[in-house]
This record gives sequence, C-alpha cells and structure tokens, in this order.
Amino acid sequence: MPEVHYKITLCDGTSCIRKQSKQIHQILDQELRKRNLKEVVSVHLSGCLGMCAKGPILIINPGYVMYGNITEADIPEIVESHLVHDTPVARLMVEENHLYNRFFRIFGDVDFFGKQMRITLRNCGIIDPENIDDYLSVRGYEALAKVLTDMKPEQVVSEVKKSGLRGRGGAGFPTGMKWEFTAKQPAGEKYVICNADEGDPGAFMDRSAIEGDPHTVLEGMIIGGYAVGSSRGVVYIRAEYPLAIKRLEKAIAAAREHGFLGQNILGSNFSFDIEIRLGAGAFVCGEETALIHSIEGSRGMPRPRPPFPAVSGLFGRPTLINNVETWANIPVIILDGGEWFSGIGTQGSKGTKVFALAGKVRNTGLVEVPMGTTLREIVFDIGGGIPNGRKFKAVQTGGPSGGCLPEPYLDTPIDYESLAKAGSIMGSGGMIVIDEDSCMVNIARFFIEFTQSESCGKCAPCREGTRRMLEILTRITEGKGCPEDIDKLERLGAMIKKSSLCGLGQSAPNPILSTIKNFREEYEEHVNQKKCRAGVCAAMLSYTINDNCVGCGACKRACPVNAIDGTRKEKHHIDPNKCIKCGQCYSVCKFSAVAKA
Amino acid sequence: MVEMAQEKMDELRTFIAACMQKEYSDSYLIAVLHKAQELFGYLPVEVMDEVAQRMNIPTAHLWGVATFYHYFNLKPIGKYVISVCLGTACYVKGATEVLEAIKRELGVEIGQTTADNLFTLHEARCLGACGIAPVIMINDKIYGELDAKKVVALINQYRKTAQVA
Amino acid sequence: MDKKITIYINSKEYKVSPNQTIMQAADHLGFHIPRLCYHPKLSIEGACRVCIVEVEGMRNFVASCAYPVSDGMKIHTNTQELRRARRDIVELLVDNHPMDCHTCERDGNCELQRLASSMGIRARHFVGQRKQYGRDLSGQAVIRDPDKCILCGRCVRMCSEIQQVHNLTQAHRGFDTVVMPAYNMPMAESVCTACGQCINVCPTAAFLEKNYTQELFEKLNDPNLIKVAQFAPSVRAAIGEAFGLEAGHNMEGQLVAALRKLGFNYVFDTQFSADLTIMEEATEFLERIQNKGKLPMITSCSSAWMKCMEQFYPDLIENISTCKSPMSMQSALAKTFFAQKIGVDPKKIFSVAAMCCTAKKYEAARPELDVEGMRATDIVVTTREIAWMIKSAGIDFLNIEPETQDHPIGMSSGAGVIFGTTGGVMEASIRTAYELYTGQTLVDIEVESIRGLKGIKEGKVVMDGQEIRVAVAHGLGNACKLLDVVRKDPGRYHFVEIMGCPGGCVGGGGQPYAGVNSIPLDEDALMKRAEALYSIDRAKTIRRSYDNPDIQKLYKEYLQRPGSPIAHKLLHTHYKQKFPQGIIPKEALK
Repeated sequence: MPEVHYKITLCDGTSCIRKQSKQIHQILDQELRKRNLKEVVSVHLSGCLGMCAKGPILIINPGYVMYGNITEADIPEIVESHLVHDTPVARLMVEENHLYNRFFRIFGDVDFFGKQMRITLRNCGIIDPENIDDYLSVRGYEALAKVLTDMKPEQVVSEVKKSGLRGRGGAGFPTGMKWEFTAKQPAGEKYVICNADEGDPGAFMDRSAIEGDPHTVLEGMIIGGYAVGSSRGVVYIRAEYPLAIKRLEKAIAAAREHGFLGQNILGSNFSFDIEIRLGAGAFVCGEETALIHSIEGSRGMPRPRPPFPAVSGLFGRPTLINNVETWANIPVIILDGGEWFSGIGTQGSKGTKVFALAGKVRNTGLVEVPMGTTLREIVFDIGGGIPNGRKFKAVQTGGPSGGCLPEPYLDTPIDYESLAKAGSIMGSGGMIVIDEDSCMVNIARFFIEFTQSESCGKCAPCREGTRRMLEILTRITEGKGCPEDIDKLERLGAMIKKSSLCGLGQSAPNPILSTIKNFREEYEEHVNQKKCRAGVCAAMLSYTINDNCVGCGACKRACPVNAIDGTRKEKHHIDPNKCIKCGQCYSVCKFSAVAKA
Repeated sequence: MVEMAQEKMDELRTFIAACMQKEYSDSYLIAVLHKAQELFGYLPVEVMDEVAQRMNIPTAHLWGVATFYHYFNLKPIGKYVISVCLGTACYVKGATEVLEAIKRELGVEIGQTTADNLFTLHEARCLGACGIAPVIMINDKIYGELDAKKVVALINQYRKTAQVA
Repeated sequence: MDKKITIYINSKEYKVSPNQTIMQAADHLGFHIPRLCYHPKLSIEGACRVCIVEVEGMRNFVASCAYPVSDGMKIHTNTQELRRARRDIVELLVDNHPMDCHTCERDGNCELQRLASSMGIRARHFVGQRKQYGRDLSGQAVIRDPDKCILCGRCVRMCSEIQQVHNLTQAHRGFDTVVMPAYNMPMAESVCTACGQCINVCPTAAFLEKNYTQELFEKLNDPNLIKVAQFAPSVRAAIGEAFGLEAGHNMEGQLVAALRKLGFNYVFDTQFSADLTIMEEATEFLERIQNKGKLPMITSCSSAWMKCMEQFYPDLIENISTCKSPMSMQSALAKTFFAQKIGVDPKKIFSVAAMCCTAKKYEAARPELDVEGMRATDIVVTTREIAWMIKSAGIDFLNIEPETQDHPIGMSSGAGVIFGTTGGVMEASIRTAYELYTGQTLVDIEVESIRGLKGIKEGKVVMDGQEIRVAVAHGLGNACKLLDVVRKDPGRYHFVEIMGCPGGCVGGGGQPYAGVNSIPLDEDALMKRAEALYSIDRAKTIRRSYDNPDIQKLYKEYLQRPGSPIAHKLLHTHYKQKFPQGIIPKEALK
C-alpha cells in the first residue's frame, strides 16, 4: 500500500461550516480523485481550530502549512501546486500564532487529538514539565512579563472579565468578577489559592495539567496575585497526587531561581511567592471554605457564606480561590487576548473545557473541547463510541454532584446553562459513559455511597439525610425496596438539596434525582418486580446453567459454596438455595452456559 | 529499634521547630502530621501528644484533625498498603471483583492488616488513573487493568519479594 | 445610629438596622425562627439547618443565624416547603437518637423533644441505622452519652471558646462524627475540669452530671447515720426555677424546710463556711502582704478552676490560697468540731452538700481533703438533683413553711451570701481584710467595680495608704486570659478572684436547665440570681464575716485563731501539678 504523503486537515467547526467548508470538502474530494491522489493524501476533519476569523481553514502536513479564507475556487490550485508540485500557495497562506496551536501542529493528525482544542493542556505532552527552559521556549512567562511591564492591575482584571472565563472547578462563577471583588478589598495581606484538591472520582484533569505543565498554573497565579494585590499564593493539592506535588515543587524552585517568584519579580515592584499545602484525604476540602479551614490546620468543614472568601477568607483575609484549569487559562488570555478567548464557546460559556472521558467508551482520556460541543460529538466522534457492540445508555457528567443523561440528551451542547437545564451539571469535568450493562439504580447508589462517606458531618440534612438515601437505595438494590421508597428518595433529595450547608450536600442528591427522572422504569422494576434489567444487582439475579453446558466442571470447581452439582460431560446444575450470586461460575465458563437473569 | 525511633522523633522535632518559626504556625498541623506519618508509618499517641505540646495546639483539636482526614493512619500498618480504587471508572470496570478477590486471598476486610503484618487493605476514591481501570495502588506503585486472577498473582509476587528481603 | 434599611418578612415591610443577621432582626421583631445549634454567646456554625429561611432570589434555603440582612431583602420564614424541610431535618435527628424519652433524665426538659413536638412529627419516615457508642461513666462529675448527641457543637464551642479548656472535639467524620475528648479517652483521664458548662448548653442528655440521688435516698433512710446537709448560696437563688418560678427568687427558708423533710438531721449552710473562708483567707492575704509572701494571691474555692490551674498553670501553685473551699471546710468541721460538740462518732456523720456546681463532685473525691482518715464530703448533689429529690419525695416546695438553719455552723453574714456571684468572694474578702488591717470600718461596703458580668474586672482599695489592686475573672477562658497577664506582670495585682463558671457560681454546671422561654447562660437569669444574693446581703444586719457570732464562737471554742495549727490542719490544703493524658511534663519535652 502506498504511503500517505500528505495529510490534510479541514476545520469542521461551526463557523467554518457556515462558510462553506462542507462544500470545500466535496470539491477537495473530487480534485483528489481526479488526480489519483486519494491513496496518498488523507483528509481529516478537526474540531474548531479557533481561527474563525480566518475560516474556512485548511492545513496541510507535513510542514504545517495553513491556508485560510479559502473558497471552493482555490482548491484546484492548492491541490495542483502544493500536493502535486510540492509548492505551497503563498498568497493563500495565513500565519497563526495562538499559544495552544503548537499542540495541534504536533498531534493534530491523531484523530483523538485532532478533534480537540487544547488551550489548558496546550503544553502537556510537548514540553518536559521538569524543565523550565522548555516552558520558556513556548512563550512561558511572557504573559507575566507583559502584565508587569504593560498592564495595570485593573487592566488585567478587565482582560479576564472580557474573556468571559468562568470558574472551571464546577460552580462556573465568572472569574473576572471574582477577581474584581477581591481586588476591591482594602490593600494589605491577601491570598491567592489554587484549588488542586481534585476529588471527583473519575476526574484527573487537574492532575494531568499540573504533572504536564506546572508552570502555566504558577504563571496564572502570579498574574492573579498582581491583579488583586496579593503577594502570597498557596496551592492546596491532595496528598494522593505525589508526582504532581513533586513536579510542582520543582517548578516553584525553578521559578524562584529564574526570578519569576520572590521579591521584585522581573525588576518590578511586585513580589509574590507560592507555598504548597497538602490535603489529607477529604473530598469536602474541594469546597472553598472547607479548603480554607484545612489550610488553617483545622477539620475541613465548610461554613456559611457570606462572608465570601473574597472578603474574608484564609486567616480572615481577602482570598481569591480558583481551580487549576481556571489558572491555566490565564496566560493564554493575557497573550492571545480576552476578546479572542471570548470568541470560542457559546454565548454564556466561553473558552474550552477539559473533560476526563472514561467508562464504557473506546477512547478514554482527557478531552478538551470548545464549549458548545455536543455530548454526542465527545462520546462518539472523539470517544469512538461504545466498545464490544454494546448500546449507549447514559453519560454521567459532573461527578458525584452531577446527573445521568440518557440518549435523548446526546445533542445537548456542553455549557453551564444547557447542562443544568438538562438536569446535570458541568462540574469539574468528569464524564463517564455508561452502557446497557450498567444498572442506573446501582450507579446512583454508588455515587451516594461516595458522597455519604465524604460528608463532613456538620449539617444534619447531609450527614443524616444522605445516609438514609443510601440505606433506601441499598435496600432497593438488594431486592428489598417498597413502593414508597422512590417517593421518599425524591422527598429527601429535594430537602437535602435546598437545606444543606455546602455544595457537597446540595448536589449529593443529583445522581439519584436525575436517574429517577430519566430511568424511573428501572427503579420501579427493582422495587415492584424485584428485577434488575442490566443484570447487576446480585440479590435479584439468579444464575442458571443452560443447554450450552458440556459438563467440563469448571464452574463446579470455581464455586466457593459448592452450590453446583453435576457429573463430567453432563449438564451441571446450580442449587439456587446455596448460590451466593458471586458470579464466579459466570466468569469461568467458556461455553456461555451460565445465564444471569 | 529504640534508637531508630529516637532519630525519627528528632527529625520530627526539627521539622516542627521550623514550622513554629513561620507565621500562622499552627496552620502547619497537617503538614506536621504528614511528616509524622512519613516517619512512623502511622500516628502513635506519644507522637501526637508531643506534636500538640510543641505546637501549642490542644490535644483534642489535634485528635479532631487526625480523625477527620482519612489519609492519616491511627493504627500501625503493614509493609505493603494496598489501596483499591473504587472510583467511578474503576467501579464500572469491575473494581469490586478485584476487591473481593484480594479480601479472599488475604483474609482481611478493609482497614485491616494481615496477621503477618505484610499487607493492609484500604479502599481509595479515584487515584486518577481512570484510563487503565480497574486500578490498585500498592504503596506508591499503580497497577491497572486488573482482574481477580491477575491481582492474586500480583500479591504473590509481593509475598515472594518480602520473603527474599 | 446606623441608617435603617428596609426588609420584608412574610410580605410585610419592616425597617431594621443593617449589620445584623436575619435571625437577630426577626427576634427583635417578634418572629420566632426555630433553632438548635445557635447560641448568642458562641460562634456561629450554621450547622443544624433548623433555622433555615427562604430569601427571594436565592436558589437554596439559607441559615438565618448566619445570613446578614440587606436593603430590599425579601424573606419568608414559614412557607409550607420550609416547614416540611425543618420537620424532616428534625426527624432525621430523632431517627438517629435513642427512643427512650420516658427513661431519660431530660424528659420534659429537652430541646430536641420540644422541637420535635413543635414541628408536628407524628410519623417517622426515615428510620435506619442508629449510632451505638455507649456511655462514658468514668467521670466523677460529668458523664457522656454520645448516643444522645445531635452534633449541635455547642459543647465543643463552649469548652473551647468560652472555657478555653479545649477538652472536647468532634472526631471522625460524616455519619460517624462523635464528640469526645482526645483519643476518646475516658473523661476521668482527660483535661476536663468538671465545670459542667457542657451540661448547661447541651440541648439533650448527651452530657449529664453523675447522679447520686438514689444513693442519697438510701442514706437518708439509714437510721444509724447522722445526716448533715449544707447548700451553696447560689442554690437558694436558682432552685425556684426548677419549680417553675422566674429566676431570682430566694428560696432559702423553703430549702431548709425541704431538706429536713427529706430526712436530714441537721441543715447547715455553706454560707457559714464562706464566712470562715474569708477569715482564713483574709488573714492569709494580710500575712503575704506584710511578710512579702507570694503575690498576687489567687482564690481557690472554685474546684473547676483548681483542676484547670493544676493542669495548665502549675507555675502559679504557690500563688493559690491554701484555703479549702467553703464546702470542704464545712464538711471538715462537721466531722470534727460538730461531731465532738454533739458527742457522736465522726464515722456516723454523713455529710451532704447541695451545690450549684458539678466540679464539687470531683473536689469531694480529692484525697487531700480527707479529715482524720475519712472522706469529708460524702455526697455532692447539684441543684437539679436536689430539686428532683424534693419533687420525688412529694414535698410541696413552693408552699412549705420556711425554716432556719441549725447552729453551730449554719448562720452567715451578708459577706458569705455574695460568694455565689462573680466578684462576691473578692468583695467579701475586702470587707474583712480592710477592717482587720486598718482597724477601721470600710464605709463603701459594696464594691461596684467588681460586680457585673464583664469577663475581667479590676478594682482597687486603699488600705492605710497602701493601694491594693484586685482583679476578678469568671469563666475559665477569662481566667486564663487574666492569668496570662499575671504571668507576664506579677506585680500588677495583689489579689485575684477566679470563678470557673460564666457569671460565677450562679451560673454553675449544676443549676436548673434553661426553661422554655430562655436559653442556657441567659445573662438576664444570671443577673437576677445574683441580684437575689445581693438583696439577701443588703437585708442582713450582719454583713461582715468576722461579725458573725457563730464564727467568733468557733474560733473561741475550737480553732483558736485564723491560721492556727488546727485551722491549718482542717481548713487548709495543698495542690500539685496534674498530668492528664496529653499533657507532657516540660522536662520530657526537651
């Protein structure tokens, strides 16, 4: 098979589509066929490349030549001149210097990456995170230099406001506004905190960002400190991330050595230093006020707000807290401009979001896409769909605080408002794909078990209420549910949401309420018919041996309670009274002779 | 044995003294407890008493903090700490089967240590390695894409290593 | 005067001051929002979520105890949704609580019971696992029952913020949270000073005093014993509240009569030995002044304070007055002087003290206070316990004919009465010390500057040209603050009075529980109780301890003079540093 000599990437973002990129694709196809180049030239569609002003965009590799503002008429010339005669068409080429684009140049030909837009993760996988020179070579700390030499603190705040960036930790509060509140507080001791206590099970965005590109977070924080008038930064990072901690420590030391941290940074009047504080295994410490109490050396328990951290936070001082991902966006906003940033995404949700795609999906990993990308695109286009021929059942977003969205919601665009309207939340970016082999009731139980074990115990609705919800769900999955149970779950859930002290309690009922809303039949089956259609809730399953059995005896040997009877070469039989439903026989049978129902 | 404990105490004392020099010194309690656990493997009562005295923190407050955070062990632990991730991605990919296999093989429940003091079993909430689920961590090493059989083989490997040592 | 702002409560407009919470504004306007963890003297937790209200524009309910009012705010306090939410929250607390109201100490006087009743909880929807930790009965004075705890956090805040003993903490997390001393050690081994303030603020029976009523009833029925009673000044000022009266009624006569009816052979009065304490202590003080002894001298009648001092301020042991507390002096005399006087074998004397204090139960067990190889005070019961005994015996306390105490150790001067309130011991001491020292009458016998509920008070008296500077602190937190000053600046004061409980003994850990319309540590109630004592003092003709004829007789017949060898043997004691778990000797720390 002949080698592919050229790879063409066509931007398939909304803007470019409107500008006829689809027609361009068609013409391109025709031209390649005409010249017999189809075998040596591959054509790919990418996600929005963020260069909408110059669209439609066409990129040819190797060489990373970018053509912009092209029309259908330009295609024959491009194919002839560039592909046949190896001569790029100079008049159609455009220069494009956005920070994040370097990743695309290197990995854009890989489908999984080509469909993403990596702003936050722009350097991950490209630079050596333990070498500050690598970071400097990709314009590292240039944003800081620009801020310190050319911008007043108010201008920095204004740029962040212009960008429309919203907090990436989950709450989605407008970042610029938060910076403005903190900056407005009287001058004096103020703090800047990076919340790296990523505790959502299934989320690893912040870990990867810090492990892959710690300096961008530091740079963001230093700029933040300048903007709000703080000289002290703290990164609160969970102790379960030893590599991230090590890389952060190294980065801080290197930054100090190079004069990016410490007194009179880059010769200015501005001084800033950063300290690392470790968490110790408490999910609730991801909540702002609990995090503050943890840094103060106390139990990580939240407190009522107001007062908000911007007014009275760490040690009672004005404090700016932002998530890792939020900080990582700051250097980009400064260098590429808040206006450019606000051109990406939707009306209410600007920029990109990193999702940790995991679960029953072919391609798992970190996916960074512009806001507005649909769930379908992420799960099927980028994620590659459900493996093993199974059917899609639901996608869970927002971790244990979020909801489960079934098939009808796949075209929901990812943004704060749309996801909330659909009954879930953006959260910190966890996205778990669920197929038909998962039981929604069990999944709801799994999430409430997590939040219950992480409840700090301060307020009664969360401490007691989530335990009662867990008990009800456990009973239901054990086949002991009663009809009132679903109503009780809804009643408790609604009360816990509205009465709890902090976000953990307020969002703990979400998985339960959303699964009841979207999968009520499954609940009713569990409760009324004692049936689990996904075959997961062991107590309601029965294992039987069917006619496929050849009598090999593997199941009999595997059974821990000797519940299987049978002679060699004859159909075996499971005694339902002894069976403990461990599923060992099911997993060892090579003949699909054990049926679960 | 006693000298080793003395050395460790001295190292802890030096660490505490450095923290006490800083502003808001009692906020370093968690950092000090991390250090103590690093040195002793867990938080012995004598160590907690001394931390409380040297940092001028009421013992009750220290106890409240030590018991709040699950990272801190209040009981001695085995040579190898097995943390089974029960985060969403691992759960969906069969983490409970892996956990049950470990429980059966070692004869312990979560939070317990084997009689030979070799293994302590914990559950963890998302180790952030969801791509290779289901995942367990033994001390600092991560092992992914496990099943009941593979994990037992892994445990036996560790048993062999411990014997040789 | 702050400019007023406009808020709306339940759709009606009101003008209120800014800079307050919704709950404070509502309280002033007469809207009662139910509450549990909130207490005006303790920091705000916002934990129980019972005080939630709806604020228009907020998606979720907010805790009214924490949320500040602002101009234009529209608040709803009693919507159906709120009522249902509050009801469900209280039910959740009840569902994790033992169902034994009938056999519980706080039956009829429990805040959880009152809340559940007012919320109309008639069915239980969310029954599930209930905690089972078991009780800690190790303490001599205060016992714990974590199964009854509803985690309001008041005890922890009380012990840490106000008393600053920091014995208690919430430990573990979530559903498994329990209030306990460090390491879950028994209370008897902890730094607990037995002040009992945790009992006062606890809304349920999670903290109680160790109950001796059954044992006492048995002893009262033993004909072979001579049962002698004493009762503290503050008991007479507060016991009426246990019978439905408002705070501040002096029930002295009724109490004496009731004690006799219960079966006591002799009813004396701790106020007598308060006078005695003044004699001994004033003499001790003057000796230190004249012989340049250790100053400032610090009073020693508060047993909680004694334990606190032995644990946290052992360097001040030499400053402490060697005098025993009035209760222990009284019991010592009962088993020596009094036994002799009535010609009875001291072993047959059974000495009981009815105290406003829980720490006195701990004090009674201190071996240093034994006399002639016997325990001096055999049983201490609190105001609550004695009130219950009176009710249980069917005595019509409110209508009983008042009686008077027995001689020779039952009569007191006004100085003895005011021992029960903060500043009282100091004032009583000054009355005597001044006159012993100068030989002249102190005209301004009431020393205003050391009266009242301010945490730390200062005063001075000029005795024969010498300025004597005094300081008074009540509540262990204020005591610690004052003593930190004394450590740094020992010359600042000559004489310091410490009472372990906020308000002094009138606010003791054994006083009647706050009623339906009041809160624990209610300053109003404390002031009223104190005023009752001051009125008794004013009504007395004899207001100085050394004018008390029974005191004069005691010295003439038995003790010879203050500070005599026999006085030292019976009425004085010594202290030593204590090391409960968690406190390491300084030498070991190097």
